[in-house]
Amino acid sequence: MRQVAPLLEMRSISKTFPGVKALTDVNLVVREGEIHAICGENGAGKSTLMKVLSGVHPHGSYSGEIVYRGEQVRFGDIRASEQAGIVIIHQELALVPGMSITENIFLGNEPRRRGAIDWQAAQRRALELMERVGLREDPDTLIKDIGVGKQQLVEIAKAFAKDVQLLILDEPTAALNEDDSRHLLDLLRGFRDRGITSIIISHKLNEIEAIADTITILRDGRTIESLDVKADGVNEDRIVRGMVGRELSSRFPEHTPAIGEVFFEVRDWTVRHPSSDERLVCKGADFHVRRGEIVGFAGLMGAGRTELAMSLFGRSYGTWLSGRVFKDGKEIQLKSVADAIRHGLAYVSEDRKSIGLNLLDDIKTSMVAAKPSKISRRGVIDPVREHRVAEDYRKSLRIKTPSVDEQVAKLSGGNQQKVVLAKWMFTDPDLLILDEPTRGIDVGAKYEIYGIIQRLVGQGKGVVVISSELPELIGLCDRIYTVFEGSITGEVTRRDADPELLMKKMTAKKKSPAS
Amino acid sequence: MSRVQDLQKNLFGGTTSNVRQFGMIFTLVAIVLLFQAWTGGLTLTSGNLIAVVSQYSYILILAIGMLMVIVAGHIDLSVGSVAAFTGIVVAKVMQEHSLPWPLGIALGLLVGALIGAWQGFWVAYVGVPAFIVTLAGMMLFRGGNQYIGNADTVPVPEGFRTIGAGYLPEVGPDTGYNNLTLLLGLAACAGMVWREWRARQTRREMNADVAPIWVTVIRLAVMLAVIVFATLRFAGGRVGTSLPISGIILIALVLAYSFYTRNTVGGRRIYAVGGNARAAELSGVKLKRVNFFVMMNMSVLAALAGMIFVARSAASGPQDGLSWELDAIAAVFIGGAAVSGGLGTISGSIVGGLVMALLNNGLQLEGVGSDMVQVIKGLVLLLAVAFDVYSKSQGRFSITGTLMRPFRREQPDAPTAPPGAASEPGKAPIAG
Repeated sequence: MRQVAPLLEMRSISKTFPGVKALTDVNLVVREGEIHAICGENGAGKSTLMKVLSGVHPHGSYSGEIVYRGEQVRFGDIRASEQAGIVIIHQELALVPGMSITENIFLGNEPRRRGAIDWQAAQRRALELMERVGLREDPDTLIKDIGVGKQQLVEIAKAFAKDVQLLILDEPTAALNEDDSRHLLDLLRGFRDRGITSIIISHKLNEIEAIADTITILRDGRTIESLDVKADGVNEDRIVRGMVGRELSSRFPEHTPAIGEVFFEVRDWTVRHPSSDERLVCKGADFHVRRGEIVGFAGLMGAGRTELAMSLFGRSYGTWLSGRVFKDGKEIQLKSVADAIRHGLAYVSEDRKSIGLNLLDDIKTSMVAAKPSKISRRGVIDPVREHRVAEDYRKSLRIKTPSVDEQVAKLSGGNQQKVVLAKWMFTDPDLLILDEPTRGIDVGAKYEIYGIIQRLVGQGKGVVVISSELPELIGLCDRIYTVFEGSITGEVTRRDADPELLMKKMTAKKKSPAS
Repeated sequence: MSRVQDLQKNLFGGTTSNVRQFGMIFTLVAIVLLFQAWTGGLTLTSGNLIAVVSQYSYILILAIGMLMVIVAGHIDLSVGSVAAFTGIVVAKVMQEHSLPWPLGIALGLLVGALIGAWQGFWVAYVGVPAFIVTLAGMMLFRGGNQYIGNADTVPVPEGFRTIGAGYLPEVGPDTGYNNLTLLLGLAACAGMVWREWRARQTRREMNADVAPIWVTVIRLAVMLAVIVFATLRFAGGRVGTSLPISGIILIALVLAYSFYTRNTVGGRRIYAVGGNARAAELSGVKLKRVNFFVMMNMSVLAALAGMIFVARSAASGPQDGLSWELDAIAAVFIGGAAVSGGLGTISGSIVGGLVMALLNNGLQLEGVGSDMVQVIKGLVLLLAVAFDVYSKSQGRFSITGTLMRPFRREQPDAPTAPPGAASEPGKAPIAG
């Protein structure tokens, strides 16, 4: 490891929000030219720390000092920190969907000539920047027409346009598939070789282990430790121990499967893309689920897993072309979400904030939202029953909240996910489809969610898990289907499941593609 | 929790819009007191209160429907025109075909329902934004009114006028008050006590914290005092006047729609659609049906408001209902509804409507011209919503909170978010 004076030093940073101490005496030392990872569970204070650094929380709203390039700095806003070369890329990308790549790269930073925007210069410079981040696209392409992975690259190009020296990435790979993630990580390594320092916040510990030089672990708003990856021989378990303060013996709870007969079957499911006539998002998919079984769906982003699930769930996506659904040997019609709920289906969406929950609702209202008839008589809601139901779920799922009257928006990601699970458990489903059930939630909450899933199959329900994290599927599922371009390309049992085999099947066409 | 907070929380209900609602009631009381002082006690006389109700009940009726439209994430610009169109149709048919007035009312409601179905169809099933549909409706039905009425006024028969200009009849012994109004006030008091008792009962059944009894008593005492005061004022007016029939219609509507929006599955669906349409859809809510219903319901209420107005002014004219939509929308937003939908209450909108009505009335009593009335109403709307926006950006800022700070000994309740919730970008405003 090179011995250089630190590029950045944050000394005993404390930050208090009304009633909450978010950061307590946090120290962070980042050396020039390294990739520095910040780890911690949700709510550990990672993002708050980055907001302090980037001036989102301006000087004066926190205590402690920031030394950057040997000088004490006091950023009043983001602009000030950007001028110093510190650029933060948030989890939610700050791009304008209806504008082109070029326009987005130079948004607020347009090259000017005599007061007017010099689009030619912008175009030239954009191509240069895109080259640097490995983005091959027409610079006039609109942001909404490129995938999340490429959008992320645009964000980074935008950072370069501002002459970045310290790049901060908040959960950069959360929404990316494996390929795009790998590309992004390679890119970060390339930056390191060129002397650009990065700070990366991520929940994906395998990535951190692979890429970081130094790891600082936060827990409950305090610095727990700073690890030198090479010198300390850091591995995932070591990071987890630092994050949760104890050794997690296993990432998955103990579970003995008790699998019954096939009760849910889908045959020849074919669905057309909602806006494109030629594109099929599901092509003749066949699959089945047994009682008490956890079935995984593995596939790359855009493989059609979510589309399959949503089209099954009351035709909520695309145009249904063909396919039949059988439950307990009888064919059922699922023409609307109400039908699907009536027939015992539940779908927990991958994006709980934008389509899974009404964030304005309180916890109890959210929990009964999918089947209010269960707590009402002739359309009139019984508040006492509603409250009891919600309290029961709060206790059994261990949702951390003082009261079920709180707004769901105030809960952490893991607890919100538990509310969504409660909402669908309340409908008494026979088959639960969980789309990325642990995305964006921390290790401890993940473990609890796995436990809930196992409890559900223990009651004889079937559970379908869609996930982009192969270790999760392999650890959790009894059987895994692989999906590629709308077709089911393979079926792997727990015994045979390993990442290479799955990866091969989820990136390869079936030998005889259904047409 | 300190006593002051206890009181604040329990007096105004534990809802999310609690601070907002308190602010509104505060404003309303301030306006009443201001005008009371300014007009030398004229505002709270029997005659004036009765006049306010009969003159402005239309804003409140429209505000009920508009609240639901806005909660569902839409807007309705056509209510004034729909009211005027309904008025002229009903007046014309009654005049030319000597239709009995009760049938006239039924016809009016039917016209409202048809117009609502028309607008609801475009909004819910075709997917044209309600702003456009109702902007079209605004022109369409204003033109329709002038076409049918030849831009002239058409009188309505005596019986029909009851709904706008009628009062509760005088019956029973001479008490110096209108007996039916007194009875109504008594019933309201009893209802209030019963409701309070039920609410405590419910809290107990939930094993939730029940407000201390003294809070309940204060709360009840304040509300009963308001009811008794209002009852005596309305019952003690000039002989022959009392609580107007339109006021009774209004009260019935407020009670019914409050119950519907708060306590029924159907009402909850409107909030669900406005809060997050896609999430609602994926929870089995039939989006189109809800949208169709709120638009249709609005037009029916607009028709009713139109008929009450026509009945009060004894004739339907081409200028009826001009800019009513703006009064109704302003009332709803002053009452704390969110522009983006999903938030708002009937009671808030009613308070907002009362603020508008009392402003109109008070400024008129003082002889302020309609030019300045508009200026002042505009400023009130702007300030009310600005206060809302400001208090949201400040987390939990509230007038009361600021006023009460010197008396507070304990720390406020620790916000429920875990320490780092503030670290998630989307949530920052709540903790920060």
